[in-house]
Amino acid sequence: MRKAYFDHNAATPLHPEALKAMLPYLGEVYGNPQSLHSAGQQALAAVESAREEVARLVGAGAEEVYFTSSGSEANNWAVKGLAQAYQAKGKHVVHSAVEHQSVLNPLKSLEKQGFTSTCVPVDGAGRVDPADVEKALQKDTVLVSVMTANGEVGTLEPVAEIAAVCRARGVLFHTDAVAAAGSVPIDVRALGVDALSLAGDQFYGPKGSAALFVKKGTRILPLIEGGIQENGRRAGTENVPAIVGLGRAAAVARAEMEARSARLRPLRDLLIDELPRRVDHVVLTGHRTERLPHHASFCVEFIEGEGMLLLLDMQGISVSSGSACTSKALKASHVLLAMGFDHALAQGSLVFGLIDGTVREDIDHVLGAFPPVIDRLRKMSPLYTQYLKEKGS
Amino acid sequence: MIYSDKVMDHFQNPRNVGTIADADGVGQVGNPVCGDMMTFYIKVQDDRLADVKFQTFGCGAAIAVSSMVSEMAKGKSLDEAMKITNSLVAEELGGLPKNKMHCSNLGADALHAAIDNYKERRKSGGQAAAVTVDDHEHEGCACPYCEGALEEGEAEYCKACQIELEECPSCGGITKKGAEACIHCGAPAKK
Repeated sequence: MRKAYFDHNAATPLHPEALKAMLPYLGEVYGNPQSLHSAGQQALAAVESAREEVARLVGAGAEEVYFTSSGSEANNWAVKGLAQAYQAKGKHVVHSAVEHQSVLNPLKSLEKQGFTSTCVPVDGAGRVDPADVEKALQKDTVLVSVMTANGEVGTLEPVAEIAAVCRARGVLFHTDAVAAAGSVPIDVRALGVDALSLAGDQFYGPKGSAALFVKKGTRILPLIEGGIQENGRRAGTENVPAIVGLGRAAAVARAEMEARSARLRPLRDLLIDELPRRVDHVVLTGHRTERLPHHASFCVEFIEGEGMLLLLDMQGISVSSGSACTSKALKASHVLLAMGFDHALAQGSLVFGLIDGTVREDIDHVLGAFPPVIDRLRKMSPLYTQYLKEKGS
Repeated sequence: MIYSDKVMDHFQNPRNVGTIADADGVGQVGNPVCGDMMTFYIKVQDDRLADVKFQTFGCGAAIAVSSMVSEMAKGKSLDEAMKITNSLVAEELGGLPKNKMHCSNLGADALHAAIDNYKERRKSGGQAAAVTVDDHEHEGCACPYCEGALEEGEAEYCKACQIELEECPSCGGITKKGAEACIHCGAPAKK
């Protein structure tokens, strides 16, 4: 059976070059980068060269890049660390309705410490209007956090415009670029952001490799306290193999991003055009053009995502869903609800994330396997029966 | 795989899927807000379930549970069928993941709603509603803050967070009572 992996958002495969670069640091080079002896210095050199590669990927200076254990850690750190560092100025934070849980939950923690926050809505495509951000700013606003791209619906946010609004008002701006970095060009200077999160497992680096960019001169309180690693801002012995893998993946991404996008975009568009053509009552979620080059997402009416996911898996197709049943918390995707989808439709969410190895045959495989899977589940669905009855009468 | 072989078998080859046009009783339970909805149709002969059919909108576990319930119920007397409990269904399926246990609650309840509907119809001589809806007010939903499951009857209060919750008038999701905006859809709270 043909295997077709479409779960870019969950994890991308490790690039062979990243793997190759990592291997010595899982073996013979085991020194601690903080050690003064040559074994340690060898590891330190690898970490610093990786830092330069990551900095280059987003147009930052190496001294502005801090390694973390995950995109979630980077987001937690940015939200809590920046808000707390500047709380003498004010205790209000602005965020969008479609942020990742690793931004939203730290905000809830901050609320317990006396902070307040304002949630900015999105339109039907999941886009934030920079004017709404401006309206949400208060005298005591210290931080705005809006993501670069949404992993669930693929939509790219107008980050540069939002950053400009924040800059004009002297408010810090953080963007969660975990879903976007390595897939679309990012330049922190051109965008004008103060902090940016990225994660290696979203662009063919290893899991457990991520970084936070913090603009030079910006204060941030540490999340993890202890030793003097990462310039005293993030304690804990460096995960050298992961950092080396991240650096290599960043270099590969910078070199291949354009070619990757040019190859994946037409395949993505084929899915976007063809799936709703092959099955009725299938709608695209997210923006049609302002979206990640590898991302196609849909809501399939009358059925629930997990059933689709399991049946497609039996055909060798790996996808994800934002439905209540596939999430452990059993609640519908806050992203789709914020975009105005009702609960029933949001339950039918299906996310395709193409990867470097995706070829035309994989898309054809999906297009062939999809209609019978949907047909089978709709025949079981009371909502579909109800729809047919209403349509007939 | 998160599911037992038996669950996967019932999910892939569900028994008794469909509707019964001249059903003697129809029961419905759940709603799309919590992710699952089931409808059971029954035919009754000599106080026994001569036929049972179902339709389910929901996850793999919900489909497998409905299928198992229909299989367990078919041929049983009405009294016996009323004794099918949620834990029996889960047991027959070789267990369910913890966060899917609420699905097993729905299956037996939908069957019992169909039996109730049959009894109501008999009692009222054709005047009863065509469907008995067992409206599980948010049973099986989770607290949006700590993500802990809310037990039946406590939907307005999360014990773990000690906060009051309410239904957002805009999206129907559960959000903090008195909060400025819904945490799901960002809609401003009603004043």
